[in-house]
Amino acid sequence: MSDRASYWKANIRLVSICLVIWFIVSFGLGILFVEQMNAFSLGGYKLGFWFAQQGSIYTFVALIFFYAWRMNKLDRQYNVHEG
Amino acid sequence: MDLQTMTYLVVGASFALYIGIAFWARASTTGEFYVAGKGIHPVSNGMATAADWMSAASFISMAGLIAFNGYGASVFLMGWTGGYVLLAMLLAPYLRKFGKFTVPEFIGDRYYSRTARIVAVICLILASVTYVIGQMKGIGVAFSRFLETDYDTGLFIGMGIVFIYAVMGGMKGITYTQIAQYCVLIFAYTVPAIFISMNITGVPLPQLGLGANMADGSMTMLDKLDLVVTDLGFKEYTTQVLGSQLNMFAYTLSLMIGTAGLPHVIIRFFTVPKVRDARASAGWALVFIAILYTTAPAVGAMARLNLMETIQTGPVGEVTANLAYEDRPQWFKNWETTGLLQFEDKNGDGRIQYYNDKNEEFAERAAAYGWQGNEMVKVDRDIMVLANPEIANLPNWVIALVVAGGLAAALSTAAGLLLAIASSISHDLLKGVFAPNISEKNELMAGRIAMAGAIALAGYFGLHPPDFAAGTVAIAFGLAASSIFPALMMGIFNKRANRAGAIWGMISGIGVTMLYVFQHKGIMFIPGTEFLGSMEPNWFLGISPNAFGAVGAIVNFAVAITVSKLTAPPPEHIQHLVEDIRVPSGAGAATGH
Repeated sequence: MSDRASYWKANIRLVSICLVIWFIVSFGLGILFVEQMNAFSLGGYKLGFWFAQQGSIYTFVALIFFYAWRMNKLDRQYNVHEG
Repeated sequence: MDLQTMTYLVVGASFALYIGIAFWARASTTGEFYVAGKGIHPVSNGMATAADWMSAASFISMAGLIAFNGYGASVFLMGWTGGYVLLAMLLAPYLRKFGKFTVPEFIGDRYYSRTARIVAVICLILASVTYVIGQMKGIGVAFSRFLETDYDTGLFIGMGIVFIYAVMGGMKGITYTQIAQYCVLIFAYTVPAIFISMNITGVPLPQLGLGANMADGSMTMLDKLDLVVTDLGFKEYTTQVLGSQLNMFAYTLSLMIGTAGLPHVIIRFFTVPKVRDARASAGWALVFIAILYTTAPAVGAMARLNLMETIQTGPVGEVTANLAYEDRPQWFKNWETTGLLQFEDKNGDGRIQYYNDKNEEFAERAAAYGWQGNEMVKVDRDIMVLANPEIANLPNWVIALVVAGGLAAALSTAAGLLLAIASSISHDLLKGVFAPNISEKNELMAGRIAMAGAIALAGYFGLHPPDFAAGTVAIAFGLAASSIFPALMMGIFNKRANRAGAIWGMISGIGVTMLYVFQHKGIMFIPGTEFLGSMEPNWFLGISPNAFGAVGAIVNFAVAITVSKLTAPPPEHIQHLVEDIRVPSGAGAATGH
């Protein structure tokens, strides 16, 4: 398989992992399973409420920087980085 | 110094700053006009994107919606931040690699079709103009309240200011101005929040204060709020849903996809020097946005608690526990004069009873107390952020600062959108389709005329506003979500997506969304339905019009994939183009010629 094709495959894998986490923290813990999560608490927050109004946002920020860091590594690994 | 003078001073100083920057950095070439010559650092770009992004809806409207919808308003918090994840991973780096100026330019080249480009321009203009109308309304309201003019005059002043720096400056001016605007608006938002959080919980950081104990140590702030609101028959703050779980799901999805499909945000990622900077830029933008978005839930919850406790000062049912109308604080009086806050002494006892009279069980108990209905008959959600510093008795300079911040938010977003509209008309329609030989100077002139035209149009709709600012803005997101985002994403990730698929996908996606919105909100938003009003039984699966962009996007994807499968695959050179976009190496500076 060519370098470019395997680079793209690695990229898709990374993006898929990130988007699964993106979905779980917002739609999963914040909306679909919010009642189950609310049984737990974090400080004075119900956990589901915390994910919906705080936790999901922090996770989004971390996800983007994680993705950027991993992609920059992949760029060099497959020698497709900018000059 | 009195509040009025202070407001003039602070707002005037901030405007002088923006106009000064716009003049200093005014554009001289088309490249600078559209993308600031690509010389913008990712952190600066992130800050400018954040200012561009956070509009009157985020600054003025959102915390008020949170205050009254509690957990249900989480759709705005997650929806307006989660889109950046999609943007960073699915669009930004690839569009930067493609290296052109505008979104329709990408769609036209990728789908080898002028028709696709024109369809994209139309979708983009529909979404952007809808969005600007919302901003114009926010600008008009803020000006009229604090400069003590009528609404129309406030709107005209705002249009003039937007015109001056958007039209003169172009993207380079806008980028630097927006950095200044970000600083003003984030300072204005967080300072009162810190004061209020200190007052209520003793914890200065609002993000922690929201989850902390009350200052008296009796219970947590959120438990207290739940108790106070349920005591008066309202739904429990931390669990009340917006419509239904499905509606919240669709609403969040629509706002997220719309974020990644709005041209004025996407265009920011053309302004960074490298592909890797495009990835980081999205992250930095979200950092700066998150500062406001994680503060907003605390602002909303604490404003609600303050409001409830101001009116209900003691145990429910005790006569003296309700605020006497004569003793109401100054900020009640201030907002009563705007008509956005209204009381009606229904039982004639000279005191204010604020409770949920739609809750039958509680209404019966209330009747036993001699209450004859909720007496705070109108409390506009949009006043909460502006009134917040007054509620908490903060000094006048803080109140003046909040006005300046709200105007910064509304103006910066309006300017960014106007630029997207201008570039799509002058660059995509004129240069790209109708007059390819137009000179750079004339193209620049056409862009400025287009901006002026868009300001006039948005101002006209702003004079007769269709809805609350936030309602109009949510619809704009739905339009972007159902048209632009699917075409962009498939252009990168699906090599098989072809011309016919993209065109029919965009048309059917935005068509379905617009039909649904018009069906429930009236053609061209003629009023009659309320934003966040009660559930309507005729909504499709209980999904509100503001959330319908998610369904439109799914329709777009489905139609585009099906049509692409049934028609010829894209030509060889397009497949090579897609492969080339997917790798960062070889990215040059953006060219539009």
